[in-house]
Amino acid sequence: MSRRTLLRGAATGAGVLALPSLLAACGGGPSGVTLGSNASDAVPKKAFAEAFKAYEKESKKTVKVNTVNHENFQENINRYLQGTPDDVFMWFAGYRMQYFAQKGLLTEISDLWRGFEGFSEALKKQSTGKDGKQYFVPYYYYPWAVFHRKSVFKDKGYEVPKTFDQYRALAKRMQKDGLVPFAFGDKDGWPAMGTFDYLDLRANGYDFHIALMRGQKSWTSPQVRQVFDLWRGLMPYHQKGANGRTWQEAAQTLQRKRAGMTVLGLPHPGQQFSAADREDLDFFPFPEIDPAHGQDAVEAPIDGFLMSKKAKDVGGAKDLLKFLATPGRRRSTSRATPTTSPSTPAPTPPPTTCSRRKPHGSSRAPNRYRSSWTVTPGRTSPPRS
Amino acid sequence: MPTPLARRARRRGPRRHTRRDLAVLGVLLGIPILLDLALIWGPTLASIGLSFTTWDGIGDIQWAGGKNYENLFTNYPQFWPAVRHNLLWLAFLGLIATPFGLLLAVLIDRGVRFSRFYQSTLYMPVVLSLAVVGFIAQLILSRDQGALNAVLADKRNPTDWLGDPDLNIWMVLLAACWRHTGYVMILYLAGLKSVDPTLKEAAAIDGANERQTFFRVVLPTLRPVNIIVGVITVIESLRAFDIVYAINKGRNGLELLSVLVTDNIIGEAARIGFGSAIAVVLLLVSLGFIVTYLVQELRGEEKR
Repeated sequence: MSRRTLLRGAATGAGVLALPSLLAACGGGPSGVTLGSNASDAVPKKAFAEAFKAYEKESKKTVKVNTVNHENFQENINRYLQGTPDDVFMWFAGYRMQYFAQKGLLTEISDLWRGFEGFSEALKKQSTGKDGKQYFVPYYYYPWAVFHRKSVFKDKGYEVPKTFDQYRALAKRMQKDGLVPFAFGDKDGWPAMGTFDYLDLRANGYDFHIALMRGQKSWTSPQVRQVFDLWRGLMPYHQKGANGRTWQEAAQTLQRKRAGMTVLGLPHPGQQFSAADREDLDFFPFPEIDPAHGQDAVEAPIDGFLMSKKAKDVGGAKDLLKFLATPGRRRSTSRATPTTSPSTPAPTPPPTTCSRRKPHGSSRAPNRYRSSWTVTPGRTSPPRS
Repeated sequence: MPTPLARRARRRGPRRHTRRDLAVLGVLLGIPILLDLALIWGPTLASIGLSFTTWDGIGDIQWAGGKNYENLFTNYPQFWPAVRHNLLWLAFLGLIATPFGLLLAVLIDRGVRFSRFYQSTLYMPVVLSLAVVGFIAQLILSRDQGALNAVLADKRNPTDWLGDPDLNIWMVLLAACWRHTGYVMILYLAGLKSVDPTLKEAAAIDGANERQTFFRVVLPTLRPVNIIVGVITVIESLRAFDIVYAINKGRNGLELLSVLVTDNIIGEAARIGFGSAIAVVLLLVSLGFIVTYLVQELRGEEKR
């Protein structure tokens, strides 16, 4: 499976590619909409600013954006939503949205969803609260995969591994060639979780993984032990001293051709690469462990927009959400956002940004809602308990 | 001042207050007391109360009894390491950094050459926040890009100073000492400057050697400074937070009680009840140390 097909598959799977639909008639709102943004990094901030500008131009209304540092936004979300939140705010799909929906802090937007086009069932499910109503407008998501450098693979004659045995054999060979097979940094606490999730997904399947994340399966079960056994088998091929290394530093070893592969999200590794080098970055889906589960499931955290319960300008907020949900809008943002992924050769790449966002959100919260992992385009795994 | 006068003044004191005096006193004392109650006692008691509940920061507060504490002591893997690290911090600052600061102060006070230079150099880290000290420590100790490993030039198997859980706490303690020593030194320098030189002369006339003079004469006169330094050391070590947070958010061997409190209370899934329980433990530990220390010091004061 090439990168292109993965991208295309992921994108169509999520239904992001549907044809642009005409904007539904604009509803009227009093004055301007306020929007709480967690896109504090320069690149996504600019991309969103363009989206809002386009809306302002089209609707002749104003959007007042309050940008908060990404981490602070997450840490304060609880108080933010109970205080005086903005009408519309950025957040994550799935469990992390459902929690606040359940607490009655979000405005239901099922009526808007009836008019939405181009979203897959999976994305709709991710936007739906536990009460069966929709609360979320998906905006972009990015898959996780195994990254490598094309030139290194070509020079050494490596082939993209399909199965776990091939993966291990390749790692062994890389080590013999003097490369670190897996660049690895876990100082921030979350990058290693991506590897865990993939090992569990491939070995035990999507349903088990989801149940585990929901706290319905035991973390001491034989299946989980098996995941750690598999991982232990790979440990000799991982870069040593991961606890003292950030993922940025790990990606640098890949960039310098000292490491062969690394498991990260689409926006992550490329940030270390120069524009010319970025062409050389490629990725493949995490290899198959159990043929019964194949390579289908893909991790892809979904970000989007929600409306707070206390929204003052309800009409304006809904109007803005409607605009942001149009496929044309979503795609032009993805174009405005230079992805750090292997350039953009795929016909229409899934929207990504190269923010330094943590896909996990509050990764240090030692508790229930730590993870925003989304598995399979449009399906979110809930929390680790 | 002749004592009879003072005694009389004290006896008459209360009677001499006019209505206006009382009003002024009421306002001047009342405002700070109200502020103290509202800003310090209120939150403290609220934390203690909340520590017996489960509350996620939204909606209803449910009573949980001692369940938070039970979980904390038996079922929370980070808790005991955090307690140990806090105590280690206290021991390290109290037994190494503080005496070292005193030593430096004595040396500088005796007027070694370039003492001004040493004084300002050693004091310099104190102006930095511990978080900044943490960033500096990372520049030096980072495994792949740190200065120390570059100097050691062990390319094959460099030491992971900040990632290795057996090692990182010591590195962080060194960094914390770097700052604490200067702080203690400056306090003792100020104290030493105020020691009456005639005391030392008298000791010299009585035939005391330098060591005896220091331990029997100078150090006892430094008692007030000792109290301050002791309390500062205890407080600094119990509230330690920023440096480990700057380095790796208090994970992988750098757990501290203050980090656990923040981890639980801040964030999307605020476990305010559980976090409060940890805060209460921290409060009890600090009260234990500070109260015994102050009581002892004050008793010693009275005896003299």
